[in-house]
Amino acid sequence: MSEKHQIIPVWFFVGVLLLVYGALILATGIYEISNPPVDRVVLYDLHANVWWGGVLLILGVFFSWRFSPARERARMAKNS
Amino acid sequence: MNLALLLLKTPTLVHLSAVDLAIIVFYFALVLGIGFYLKRFAKTGEDFFLAGREMTAWVAGLAFVSANLGSLELLGWAGNAYQYGILAAHWYWVGAIPAMVFLGLVMMPFYYISKTHSVPGYLKLRYGSEASALSAVTFAFMTILMSGVNMYAMAVVMEVVLGWNLHFSIIVSSLTVGVYVAAGGLFSAIFNEVLQFFLIWFGALLIPIIGLTEAGGWSGMVARIHANYPGQDFTHLWGPMSSAANNPMGVQWVAIVFGLGSVISMGYWTTDFLVVQRVLSAHNLRSAKLAPIIGSFFKMAVPLIVILPGLLGRAVLPWHLVPGNQAQPGQFKYDDVLPLMLARYCGPGLLGLGITALIAGFMAGMAGNVSAFATVWTYDIYRPYLRKEAPDQHYVSMGRWCTIIGLLVSIGTAYLVTRSKSMMDYVQALFSFFIAPLFGTVLLGMLWKRATRMAGFLGLLAGVLTSVTTFTMMKLDARWIGVFCFSPLAQPLAQAMWQALWACLVCVAVTVLVTFVTEPRADQDLVGLVYSLTKVPHEEHATVFHTPWFWGLVALALFVILQIIFW
Repeated sequence: MSEKHQIIPVWFFVGVLLLVYGALILATGIYEISNPPVDRVVLYDLHANVWWGGVLLILGVFFSWRFSPARERARMAKNS
Repeated sequence: MNLALLLLKTPTLVHLSAVDLAIIVFYFALVLGIGFYLKRFAKTGEDFFLAGREMTAWVAGLAFVSANLGSLELLGWAGNAYQYGILAAHWYWVGAIPAMVFLGLVMMPFYYISKTHSVPGYLKLRYGSEASALSAVTFAFMTILMSGVNMYAMAVVMEVVLGWNLHFSIIVSSLTVGVYVAAGGLFSAIFNEVLQFFLIWFGALLIPIIGLTEAGGWSGMVARIHANYPGQDFTHLWGPMSSAANNPMGVQWVAIVFGLGSVISMGYWTTDFLVVQRVLSAHNLRSAKLAPIIGSFFKMAVPLIVILPGLLGRAVLPWHLVPGNQAQPGQFKYDDVLPLMLARYCGPGLLGLGITALIAGFMAGMAGNVSAFATVWTYDIYRPYLRKEAPDQHYVSMGRWCTIIGLLVSIGTAYLVTRSKSMMDYVQALFSFFIAPLFGTVLLGMLWKRATRMAGFLGLLAGVLTSVTTFTMMKLDARWIGVFCFSPLAQPLAQAMWQALWACLVCVAVTVLVTFVTEPRADQDLVGLVYSLTKVPHEEHATVFHTPWFWGLVALALFVILQIIFW
């Protein structure tokens, strides 16, 4: 949140983006394990969408929590 | 109109699933939502054109490097890496890092202290209206053309990769960019660039990770390339530079060091307002100095997601890609290497992420150009020459209208390019005409207090004319390539380096000569604009680890280490 304008920090939006994408990609990866597709990508057995989706989800949760508007408001109130 | 009809299917590189489409739709909804949210904060001129000058060093630094991480660059440089090998990494290392550090440590204080809104604005303060007007008019004209080129390139990529209708891509992308930039100005552009930065990294980083796994690590990849293309060196940076005949680019180290490293990159990173505008949004001088240095660390890492996929394409793809102008139906072009690698490793969800990263890159390219155009038009053309005294609110409205008009002109340019595809190359060449001499003019203005008003203008003009002349002569008669580039083997990228070098040298020579026959300005008029007459504020309470100088030196040391590793 900017000092002058009280704008929600861009990191919060980054967090929301990563969180939603992580959840979608992880869910797709888990679904694919139980329902393997016919056309598979190279090195499908690595299940990249599971662990990459997981990484995005964890980062998304962290950024969304760390820079949430409520936390930022509390931080600014404390500083002032 | 039925969406299915708009997304008319033609043979494509990849096919999207429902989850991929959901990822793309969420991105559009998020950027539009952010644009509407930021509109309430973009009230004054400083808010709209410089994001209130309240960005932190990290946000300004990421936006600075993202403004140059558009999809046109990603696809093009991955294609160049496939064509020329690791030589393409020179544009990310010697062609960027020293210039970014130089901008942060040496030039940024003058831009920032003078409180200018733009690079032409600095020229007006330093030299006067002639040099400023020449720079502003050419820059405004070129940014709007470049925005159209981005729009067209996105539409073509979406048509080839996904089978989307050309008009659909142009309409949707321009409407989205128009809405969010007109609403939030530079706030919106910067927020979107930071989002794009994360999208591109998370969308593209899987390619080198899985690619190196498939190839058996770096050594396995090199062995495969040697097996697929015997006798050719694609994996050394400086080794093949002793002679133009030793490398596929037809370039010598002199052109790389002096043409690319000293002129093109310095010109682009320190005087192209599209990137400098991001740093000017920083909330204090220390952040403004740190922002390009933070950007330089990320820039150093970009070859991981751009150059390495191109090299991996040489190692693992079952086909040989061909130049764009030689591709027959059913053949893939060099520039297709990144989408091909994406389709090779990324299943549903991940593919949507990669495609969204490309879309975000294209739209950020348009937004960056349009927001820079709106600033230069409003502050450097409209205000000084058309309407001098108007309320601040009037200029904000002008900025919003410029965004819309700029996008309409960009759409016109995009359709013009669809009629004459070679125009795209010429637009990019035109852009380079102005950047190299501008660097000579700005640098002399900052470092040499004697440089005079008329010298700045005539030097810039002479540099631009030199650039245009050498370009035209080499295009009309290939024999001139041997004269200007000292080798008839020089490829277009090598020609551009020599062209920039000649333009900058002529600009500096003319500026120096004219300076000695014209009257200098009084010293008191140049305070805050010239190195020897400006007291840069001292950072009293910063430890060594918080100083821009420390991190600048770390960036340069890492840069040298990378050169040695890949020598």
